[in-house]
Amino acid sequence: MNFVPNTAGQRQQLLERIGVKSVDELFADVPANVRLQRPLAVEGGMAEQDLIRHVKHLAGRNANLEEYTSYLGAGAYEHHIPAFVDQLLLRQEFYTAYTPYQPEISQGTLQAIYEFQTLVCELTGMDAANASMYDGASALAEAALMSCDATRRRQVLVPQTVHPEYREVLQTYLHPRGIGIVDVPLKNGLTDMEALEKLLTENIAGVLVQSPNFLGQIEQAEEIGRLAHAKGALMVMAVNPVSLGLIKSPGEAGADIVVGEGQVFGNPINFGGPYLGFMATRDKFVRRMPGRIVGATGDRNGKKGYVLTLQAREQHIRREKATSNICSNEALCALAFTIHLGALGKAGLKELANLNLQKAHYAAKQIAALPGMSLAFNGPFFHEFVIETKVDPAKINTKLLEDKIIGGLDLSRFYPEFNHHLLFCVTETKTKADIDRLVVRLGEIK
Amino acid sequence: MKILEPLIFDLSAEGRTAVSLPACDVPEEAVETLVPPAYLRAQEPELPQVSEIDAVRHFTRLSTFNHGVDSGFYPLGSCTMKYNPKVNEALARLSGFATIHPYQPENLTQGALQLMAELQDDLAEIAGMDAFTLQPAAGAHGEMTGILIIRAYHEHRKDSKRTKVIVPDSAHGTNPATAAMAGFEIVQVPSNERGGVNLEELRKVANDEVAALMLTNPNTLGLFDENITEIAKIIHDVGGLVYYDGANLNAIMGIARPGDMGFDVVHFNLHKTFATPHGGGGPGSGPVGVKEFLAPFLPKPVVKKQADGTFAMDYERPLSIGRVRSFYANFGVLVKAYSYIRSLGGEGLREASENAVLNANFLMQVLKEHYYVPYDRVCMHEFIITPKNLKEYGVHTLDIAKRLLDYGYHPPTIYFPLIVEEAMMIEPTETESVETLTQFAEALIKIAEEARTDVELVKNAPHTTLITRLDETGAARHPNIRWRKA
Repeated sequence: MNFVPNTAGQRQQLLERIGVKSVDELFADVPANVRLQRPLAVEGGMAEQDLIRHVKHLAGRNANLEEYTSYLGAGAYEHHIPAFVDQLLLRQEFYTAYTPYQPEISQGTLQAIYEFQTLVCELTGMDAANASMYDGASALAEAALMSCDATRRRQVLVPQTVHPEYREVLQTYLHPRGIGIVDVPLKNGLTDMEALEKLLTENIAGVLVQSPNFLGQIEQAEEIGRLAHAKGALMVMAVNPVSLGLIKSPGEAGADIVVGEGQVFGNPINFGGPYLGFMATRDKFVRRMPGRIVGATGDRNGKKGYVLTLQAREQHIRREKATSNICSNEALCALAFTIHLGALGKAGLKELANLNLQKAHYAAKQIAALPGMSLAFNGPFFHEFVIETKVDPAKINTKLLEDKIIGGLDLSRFYPEFNHHLLFCVTETKTKADIDRLVVRLGEIK
Repeated sequence: MKILEPLIFDLSAEGRTAVSLPACDVPEEAVETLVPPAYLRAQEPELPQVSEIDAVRHFTRLSTFNHGVDSGFYPLGSCTMKYNPKVNEALARLSGFATIHPYQPENLTQGALQLMAELQDDLAEIAGMDAFTLQPAAGAHGEMTGILIIRAYHEHRKDSKRTKVIVPDSAHGTNPATAAMAGFEIVQVPSNERGGVNLEELRKVANDEVAALMLTNPNTLGLFDENITEIAKIIHDVGGLVYYDGANLNAIMGIARPGDMGFDVVHFNLHKTFATPHGGGGPGSGPVGVKEFLAPFLPKPVVKKQADGTFAMDYERPLSIGRVRSFYANFGVLVKAYSYIRSLGGEGLREASENAVLNANFLMQVLKEHYYVPYDRVCMHEFIITPKNLKEYGVHTLDIAKRLLDYGYHPPTIYFPLIVEEAMMIEPTETESVETLTQFAEALIKIAEEARTDVELVKNAPHTTLITRLDETGAARHPNIRWRKA
């Protein structure tokens, strides 16, 4: 099945109209020495039902979270997505449409983006947001570049409590531009404030802080912001949107640029992607912000409408002088975010955040009370916490799998010093019964 | 001001919500005892407060303001707006793909890893390359990845002279923007009268300061550059590498491969050539392929098949440029591309390209009697026309594009590439019928007639859309990019 509607007869008609005998003549410009002289060795040509059987078989070889109970977080979170979200995403006018370059027939996409931008601003307490970026990690990297651009400085401070994969992406983006990354050690699961203060020189463009951080701990963002600003550096925060139902917003904490992972609303875990980077900033930095931005305006008849705007920042206008090379972003994922968060609303978000907070703290308390287990850090946390274990974490997780439980993340994957530590995440998707069962199973492991 | 649809914020009423959350089933503690007040939010966000029915109606109405591929013909040049098979949507949503966590033990995600490994192999075969990364989330992201690989290659050779990237004047804006992001200087090379790279000019700028040449072939004019082997040689002879922007791959699948043309690095756009939906601006996916000598520089991890037949993520890559994103890939998009490839197979992919080129040439033949065709030669999967022949009537490409909206069509790509004045780039794709193409041509022909007999009708278009031309200048001058509570 190749979705070509023209029949052999019709293709013949086209050839006659063009004035050639065969399709081959249309490839005359392709030199013989680069023509592929054999068929492509790519398996396929399956009828739909065979395709479904084939692909379902692959899907069936993965342990899915409808059958397993997972306590993994670490940047990819399980939240219940209301059924109507996906049905709206399946409206073809949303998902088969292109970038809204022709605004007259794209007001649906454009207004939805405007609403997304607003939601991100309200959540983060900032003035302006863009239409999305690839993911939280690349958004953080672009924010770091933006802070260098805004301050004309060439170094950023990055605590070790920032997601390790985000830190890797920072390296990839910043190294070729000659921007220095200065690591700030962690202390008790948080950014080491003493070390931070010592490292904050006038060469620092931005301090990048993630809160809640990778270890689940809530950072002293306001204090970090104060220290940064005192040295003329910007504060860049990476945040979890669900936590912002209760936790102080980056705007309130004095952030200059805010980024984060928007997967948490409307987007399934999907083995790590497609996800959704968001970015927001203060009015004064808008023109340095990468990504598309939608603005409101009027048409010739005085009707309100939306258009892509401030395009002089972008690659199709400024080419090598653009703020970024980003073109296609994560628009449909941003729409999913908009629908889900828009539906949750003021009260819903607060309630959702509270459910996450309560269940995670209940679980942490029960688990820490088990012999051989303790809470690794004593600072405030949202829905993730680290348990230090006497028993080898790998052994614990293997045991839990026998009961179809996927345990917390073995932190030795990223932090060699945390080799007896598990990062647990508990969202509203876990019932008290689930948590109690986890605790019982953990208690049985010696 | 009249509005099409209120903002969701303006549909709100105090106390409404559209999501039913379960009651808290664990003993509840006061928030302030769990998190000190200093860390708590003082100012509540002004989020909407709507019921489910109103949320659903709101977004349903918004969708009706859009035009998708399923609404009608969408001939956007270089975007490859082909039909998005629905079975792919269903498969990507299987819980075995949608509800798996990237940090699950690998033995619990063998199906996902196998899909990625097979896709890497299939893309390598289509590209004529030796290894692929599936990490990049979009074409431009792939470009950045590819150029960083080239950068790493030269750095590894301890060749610090390579500060420049050559880009043709017909290049997509992402190409120079990408090179700048990777820390390179851009050198532009002009096209010749046939629309290909000017070889003489290329030889002038090709020297030992050049890290790479970025090229699309067929190029953004829809033409295959028959000098491609010579072009690659010129760059290779001075020690540079050649990068392939795969945006126009839909013209040549199964017919020619960038790896056989002399390219060292390629990126593909799964949301173009491989039929995954555009989503209004993403998510896409921009896998990058390389020749064997560049494989060590690929982002890590890469999926590999192990000796025992199982699949794993390979992190043992000391020369890797690092990660370009968190986790592994836009996996949900990969599932759709994989399913598309299995639906078509090698033969189907070649037929797709043949029909894409056939459709484009047919449409060009029909239109060349009514519009100016700057490159009057066989085209590939797309071609350019301009209203040069209608200049005396004062009508511009923008007007024609807007008038096409009244006929129910999404306009072609306009004002790109920059080297053709008043360009309209038309790419029909293979998934359109001769009837659709004929009707579209008739609309364009009618508009040409209107330009001659009733030019104001064209210059003031669109007339029948929900909204008319918008004040983009005003939007940029006085940016209003978010709602605020009054």
